[in-house]
Amino acid sequence: MATSEVINLTAVKRDPTFVDRLTPAGQLLNRCIQCGTCSASCPSAHAMDLTPRQMWRLVQLGFQDEVLHSKAMWLCSLCYICHVRCPRGIPLTETIVKLKQLALQEGIAEWRESTAFYRAFSDVMRRYGRTKEIELMVRYFLATNPLTALGYAKLGLTLLARGKAHLELPRLGGEGRLDRLFERVAELEERQ
Amino acid sequence: MRYLLYPGCSAESSALEYKTSTLAVLEALGAEVEELEDWTCCGASVASTMSDLLGVVLPARNLALAEQVSNGRDLLAVCSACYTNFRRTAVAIASQSGLLDTINQALEVEGLAYHGSITARHLMDILANDFSLEAIAARVQRPLTGLAVAPYYGCQTVRPYSPFDDDQRPTLMVGVLEALGATVHSHNREAYCCGTSLLTTKPEVGLQMVGEILEASSPADCIVTVCPMCHMNLDSYQDKVSQLVGRPLRIPVLFLPQLMGLAFGLPESALMFKRHVVSVSPVLARLSES
Repeated sequence: MATSEVINLTAVKRDPTFVDRLTPAGQLLNRCIQCGTCSASCPSAHAMDLTPRQMWRLVQLGFQDEVLHSKAMWLCSLCYICHVRCPRGIPLTETIVKLKQLALQEGIAEWRESTAFYRAFSDVMRRYGRTKEIELMVRYFLATNPLTALGYAKLGLTLLARGKAHLELPRLGGEGRLDRLFERVAELEERQ
Repeated sequence: MRYLLYPGCSAESSALEYKTSTLAVLEALGAEVEELEDWTCCGASVASTMSDLLGVVLPARNLALAEQVSNGRDLLAVCSACYTNFRRTAVAIASQSGLLDTINQALEVEGLAYHGSITARHLMDILANDFSLEAIAARVQRPLTGLAVAPYYGCQTVRPYSPFDDDQRPTLMVGVLEALGATVHSHNREAYCCGTSLLTTKPEVGLQMVGEILEASSPADCIVTVCPMCHMNLDSYQDKVSQLVGRPLRIPVLFLPQLMGLAFGLPESALMFKRHVVSVSPVLARLSES
């Protein structure tokens, strides 16, 4: 949806319960007065397809598909500047985390360069209990475009030479360090 | 002063020099620090993106471990993302009834339970508030006279859960840097975002953010930071940022305890400047001039 388009609200499929899925902020999002402080503060708003202000308006109106398919949330780096500046006291940054969560759960296909990062990071964390930067990057590049790894080759070699990164073979078999905890969390979430 | 250290994944690997310099500086100031055993990842920005519950259970696992051995000690986090996750979890437990029970049903598989008694604190808070500036100045053997330092706090160090400084215009580093004898170069990107994982997923956007911080800091001799993620982004991507802006930007980036260690006369084995991507030599040369 182009941001300059005139939208016929009655003709578009909307989900009025969208705000309720965005816990814990939920109904607080209806306090938004569209002042635009979030857009003016955001260090990556210039690269978004929807500005933060536009995105929150679409959330209020229940445009779930438009929001979940947009690139905007994946440009949020969790700097919390919109969150602390929001004059209506809405926890905006944590609500963006919730939007990312819903987009991942619904298997939204766009912006794979971002979603693959979260999946690779989560898998490494679960397997080893701690992050392993090189394995994370290898998994990420394999899941996206392995050729982009070339752009990082020089930096990778520098980091290896400085002792900031280490090559080790991945441990793929056997139980992961946090498998049981991740499984229990999934069980508990299903019960809720 | 006694603390329990949670290094977190970065300070245990890519930013090992942050951990070793933190331990050396706290010891020099007379503090006792013990590392938490068997700690696991705080979840970074990823766990809460996978699920609400995972986002609080992973920090809580470490808080529960800390509680077993704390004996009144605070948990010292050196990474701003770890710190934010611990504080966010504490706020969630305090504001959502029943959440602690659910967390403990999950922690059961690890043989752990959390009772909510641990306070997590950031290294910035501890260095600036638990030791007087006089005590820091008294430990200085090699004053940083003539060295212009650009403070860089980053975002999650000061927001949204930090009670210890202004969340947009922090100033705590000023007193510490002046106690070391350095000159503070204030700028308008001190609490700006380093771009975090955007450097990997959306490099064109992340590099621009790093560029703004490097440019705002560039009149100084070096940047000083208190987060391993910020350090990685500011130190490692200067070549790529220089290409993007079309002119060379090159400025050493030090962790605050490394700079303190330098002033305290601590050895290279604790400060590990050789690990940096951008050479720290100009800073050392500047100090030997004065």
